[in-house]
Amino acid sequence: MEYATQTSFAETEQAAVDNPRTQVRGAEILVRSLIENGVDTIFGLPGGAVLHIYDEIWRYRDEITHYLVRHEQGAVHAAEGYARATGKVGVALVTSGPGATNAVTGIADAYMDSIPLVVITGQVPTAVIGTDAFQEVDTFGVTLPIVKHNYLVRNVEDLENAVNEAFHLASTGKPGPVVIDIPKDVTAALCEYRKDRVRFLSCQPVQQDCDREMLEVALDKVLSAKKPVFYVGGGVVTSGASDALTRVVETLGVPVTPTLMGLGGFPTAHAQCLGMLGMHGTYTANMAVAESDLLVAIGVRFDDRVTGKLAEFAPDAEVVHIDIDASNVGKIRKPQYPVIADARVALEIMAEMLSRRGTRDHRERLGAWWGEIRKWQEAVPLACEYSEFEIKPQQVIETLYQVTNGDAVIVSDVGQHQMWAAQFYPFKRNRQWINSGGLGTMGFGLPAAMGAQIAVPDTQVIAIVGDGGFQMTNQEIITAIQYKVPLKVLIMNNGYLGMVRQWQEMFYERAYSEVDLSISPDFVKLAEAYGAQGLRAKTPGELKAVLEQGLEYKGVTIWDIVVSKEENVFPIVPVGGASRNMILK
Amino acid sequence: MRHTISIIVANQPGELSRIVGLFSARGFNIETITVGKTLEPAWSKATVVTSGDDRTVEQIIKQCSRLARVREVKAVTSLPHIEREMALIDVEVKSGTERQEVMSLVDIFRAKVVDISHERMILELSGTMDKVDTFIDMLQPFAIREVTRSGCVAINRLSRLMTDEQAERAAA
Repeated sequence: MEYATQTSFAETEQAAVDNPRTQVRGAEILVRSLIENGVDTIFGLPGGAVLHIYDEIWRYRDEITHYLVRHEQGAVHAAEGYARATGKVGVALVTSGPGATNAVTGIADAYMDSIPLVVITGQVPTAVIGTDAFQEVDTFGVTLPIVKHNYLVRNVEDLENAVNEAFHLASTGKPGPVVIDIPKDVTAALCEYRKDRVRFLSCQPVQQDCDREMLEVALDKVLSAKKPVFYVGGGVVTSGASDALTRVVETLGVPVTPTLMGLGGFPTAHAQCLGMLGMHGTYTANMAVAESDLLVAIGVRFDDRVTGKLAEFAPDAEVVHIDIDASNVGKIRKPQYPVIADARVALEIMAEMLSRRGTRDHRERLGAWWGEIRKWQEAVPLACEYSEFEIKPQQVIETLYQVTNGDAVIVSDVGQHQMWAAQFYPFKRNRQWINSGGLGTMGFGLPAAMGAQIAVPDTQVIAIVGDGGFQMTNQEIITAIQYKVPLKVLIMNNGYLGMVRQWQEMFYERAYSEVDLSISPDFVKLAEAYGAQGLRAKTPGELKAVLEQGLEYKGVTIWDIVVSKEENVFPIVPVGGASRNMILK
Repeated sequence: MRHTISIIVANQPGELSRIVGLFSARGFNIETITVGKTLEPAWSKATVVTSGDDRTVEQIIKQCSRLARVREVKAVTSLPHIEREMALIDVEVKSGTERQEVMSLVDIFRAKVVDISHERMILELSGTMDKVDTFIDMLQPFAIREVTRSGCVAINRLSRLMTDEQAERAAA
C-alpha cells in the first residue's frame, strides 16, 4: 500500500547526501537516542509502519541486539522480564494497529506492577491519521489509561526529546510503562540529531528526600508499639531497599511480612520473616497483621488481595505508610503517619536515626509478641503431605529449590502454581521472584522468563507455568531457541485451569464449568518440535532426577510435570472475607 | 459535597483527554469542565466541578498531580473563592405579558437580553451555578427552547477569611 506522504528510501538517501553532516532520518534519531539512553536490547516484531525503524535497527545491529519474538504480547512481557530482573528500562518495538493492540496486555501488566518500560509503536503516516487507514488504531487513546505517559510524535523535531523524557519518566518516581507512537512519515523525515539529553517538560520532580520529622514520629511509634508488624511490598524491590530494610528491622527486632510483589525484598528464611500475607499468605502473617497495634506499610498499596475485608484488616492498628506515590497513601486506608518517599531513601534515613539514637536490644521488649507469633507458626506451618503415587505441586517447588540451591530466578505465570511457588520457594534476594501480580496475566511467565534470562545470563532463570498459561504464549519457545537463551520452563500440569477449578470446588459446589484441559498437546513432543529438550515426570520417584536432567542440559528445557489434579492452594481468604477467618485446609 | 478543582495542564494535544480519562477510569464524577488559556501560551487551565467526599477529592488531586503534564492542582473550594457560570437561554415569549414577566426575571437576576424576535428571546446570565439553576427554574413556566451553559470557572478570593463551614471542613 502506497501513501502519498511516504518517503522512499532512495529519496531519504538523496536528502542525506544533500545534507551530509547534520540531517538524519527520524528512525535514526530514535535508534541513536535509545543507544544514548543505555539501551542494548530490544524485543520486537516488524511491520509496515516501522520499516524505517527496522532499517536503522539493521544498521545499528552491533550496538543494539534485537530479539525477534513471534507475537507482540511476547515482546512486551520479555521486556518486562528484562526490566524486572535488573531494574533497567525494558524496551519493546511493535508496528501499528494489531502490533500495538497485541502489546496492550503487556503494557497494562507493567502499569499495574509499576515496571519501567518504553514501548515504541509504529503509526500510519500523519496525513492519513483518522481516516481508518490500513493497520490504523488510535494507540494513544487505547493505551492512555494504562501508561505512566504516552506520546504521539507528530513532528520529527520532537522525537529526541520524547525518547529522552520517556526514559526519565519510565524509570523515576514510581516507575511505569511509557508508549511512544511514531507515524511512519516522522521516521522518514529529516532532522538534526542533537544528542541533547536534558530538554524536557515533565512536571514531576524526582523525590530525593522525605518528611524526616514524620519519620521520627513514626519511629517513636515503632519503639513504643507492643505488636508492630512491617508490611513490605514491591516498592522495596523497585527501590533496592533490601539492605536498608534488613538493617532497620534487625535493629528493631520486629516481624516482617512481604506481599506477593515484595517477595525477595526480605529473605523469606530470615528469622523475623512471617512469610507472605494476604489471600494465600501464611496463617502467621495474616494473624499477626490482624492482631497488630502498629502496621508499618512500606512500598505497598493495600491491595484487595492483601487486605481481604478492609474493615477487619489490622483493625486495631495505627498505620505508618511510606510510599513514593502520594496517591497510594490514603487511597484505601488512611494512615496516621504518612511519609511520601522512596522506600530505600526512607529506610536509610530510618537506619541513620536508629544508630543516632544508640543501639538497644529492642527484641527483648517484643518478647511477648514474638511468643504469640511463634505459637501461630507452630500451630499452622506452611506444609503439604506428600503422596506415594502422585507428585504434589508443593513438592515440585520444594524439590526445585533443592536442585537449584535456592539460587534460581523464578518467573511465574498466574494461577495455583504461582501461589505454590510464592509459598514454597524461600527467596533470598531482591529480584529473584518475578510474577504478574497486579494484572494477573496468564501467559506472562514464559516470555518474561526469556527476557529475564537474557538480562541475567549468568543466573539460571526458571519459568514456572501452568498447563493453561503455557498454551497462551508458548510460541516464544522458538525465540529462545533462535537466540540460544537457555530457558527452563516447568509446566505444573494438572489438566485444569486450576485456580478457577479450586474456586468452583470451594464456592460453586464443584460445578467444573469450562476448566478441563485434559485434552492438551503432548508437551514433550511439542518441546521437541521446537528443538527443545522435553522431559516428563509422573511419579514422585522420578521428579528429582528429571529436574536435574533438565538443569544440566545447556539449551531450552520444557518439563511436563504431571501433578495431582485437584490439589488446592491453602490457606485461602475467601474474597471479601476477614483475613483472620482464612480457610486452612 | 461539590468541589471545584483547577488544574494547570500543558497546552498540548491529548492532555485534556488524559484528565477526563483519569476521572472516568477512577470513577470520579465530572459535573462541569471548562478549559481556557492562561497567561503562558504553553499552559491551559482546566476547571472541573466534581462531587464526592473529602477523601475522593484528595484522591482526585493526588491522581491528577501524578500526570506528567500537570503542573498544579488546586481545590479552589477549600478556600474562599468566587465561582461563575454563564448560560445562554433561548425562551419563547408568545405575548407582551409573557415578555414583561420574563423581563422582570431578567431584572431580578441581573441577566441580559442578547437577542430578540417576535416570539423568542435569548437571555444571558452569569452567576454561581445555583443562581443559574434557579434562573432556569424560574423560566420553566415559559417554553425554554434551548439552554447552553459554560460550565463553572472559579478563582480564590484575595481575602483569607473563611466561612464557618469552610473553616470546619479545613479543620477536619
